[in-house]
Amino acid sequence: MVPPGLYAIGHPSPDDPVLVTANYKMSYDIVRQALAGRSVWLLVLETYGINVWCAAGKGTFGTGEVVRRVTSSGLARVVRHRRLILPILGAPGVSAHQVAQRCGFSVSYAAIRAADLPAYLDSGLVTAPAMREMSFSFYERLVLIPVELVLALKSIALAGGALFLLFAISSGRAAALSALLAWFGASLTGIVAGPLLLPWLPGRSFAVKGAVAGLVWSALFLLLSGGNQWNILVKSAVFLVLPAVSAFYTLNFTGCTPFTSRSGVKKEMRTAIPAMGGALLLGALLVLLGTFY
Amino acid sequence: MKGFRYLRNVATLELDRSVCIGCGRCLEVCPHQVFALADKKASLVDREVCMECGACALNCPVKAIAVDSGVGCASGLINEWLQERNLRKLGGGGCCS
Repeated sequence: MVPPGLYAIGHPSPDDPVLVTANYKMSYDIVRQALAGRSVWLLVLETYGINVWCAAGKGTFGTGEVVRRVTSSGLARVVRHRRLILPILGAPGVSAHQVAQRCGFSVSYAAIRAADLPAYLDSGLVTAPAMREMSFSFYERLVLIPVELVLALKSIALAGGALFLLFAISSGRAAALSALLAWFGASLTGIVAGPLLLPWLPGRSFAVKGAVAGLVWSALFLLLSGGNQWNILVKSAVFLVLPAVSAFYTLNFTGCTPFTSRSGVKKEMRTAIPAMGGALLLGALLVLLGTFY
Repeated sequence: MKGFRYLRNVATLELDRSVCIGCGRCLEVCPHQVFALADKKASLVDREVCMECGACALNCPVKAIAVDSGVGCASGLINEWLQERNLRKLGGGGCCS
């Protein structure tokens, strides 16, 4: 975490612009990198090590903190102008007109990405249309996946262990290994394949996208584990349970995207969660029937 | 935003054009280009892509915009649901806990 406060990049004069960012180490570094070779002021807010977008959502990158930091740093004595330059993704936490009322500094929202700051400054503080357009490219999705994997690891390992024991006791080692493969595959399909293939998976609902990817994994799993000889009950269970698992994890990815709304996620959860629960129950029942009859 | 559109008919965004003074702040803060200026007032050109971040409503100096804002995050909503029922927080933490 970077200590909040006013920083000088290069050798800024009282007329040089003041940019505002969060005290997440990566935000701070990226902004500094983008501004290398220039002379500007950088006002770092206390967001408790959280990035601009998430902190704005929580309100820590907010009106109160901007005003507090402007006051405590004595910014009005350091610069002659009265303008703050903020990232666009900070706007959900900051009310520009209230900042102006409370500390006398006007707010300009510059760009979404720090990489656009040089162009913004060079063009006389004008935001080109592309600078306020969100993107979510393959690469931008890819870099999010490792964190998602780590966050899910514990629950995947626990459930995997329980599943393994259950099948080992009831049907032996081979079945237990198959169940473990099915479970890991379905989880990875939901956490890795779903997000990466997001624009190409059918439907708008994340749960549907995840379920479709899960269906593909179900077929692949049957091929891999020689499940063609299994009875129809167990085979049906595979196509019920695995897509439900993948759907759950892909639905979880809504929190990582810059375009899903709260109302939308609520709406799809109202149908998706009961559907997943039903699929899991029915699948478990079919496996029981298929194993013992 | 090119290439991505979420569910239809769910956005709670409302704009009262009779109150709008046409300052253009909402156009500045919206990351999905939901607004445009027409006849010196803001208008909703693509309401469906609204992700309900709330930036426009918070930055509107005349309160012409209303939106039920929040984060579109499934695990956040699950955590919220569990907390409302005083259940112990289950599963991983994540960003929205």
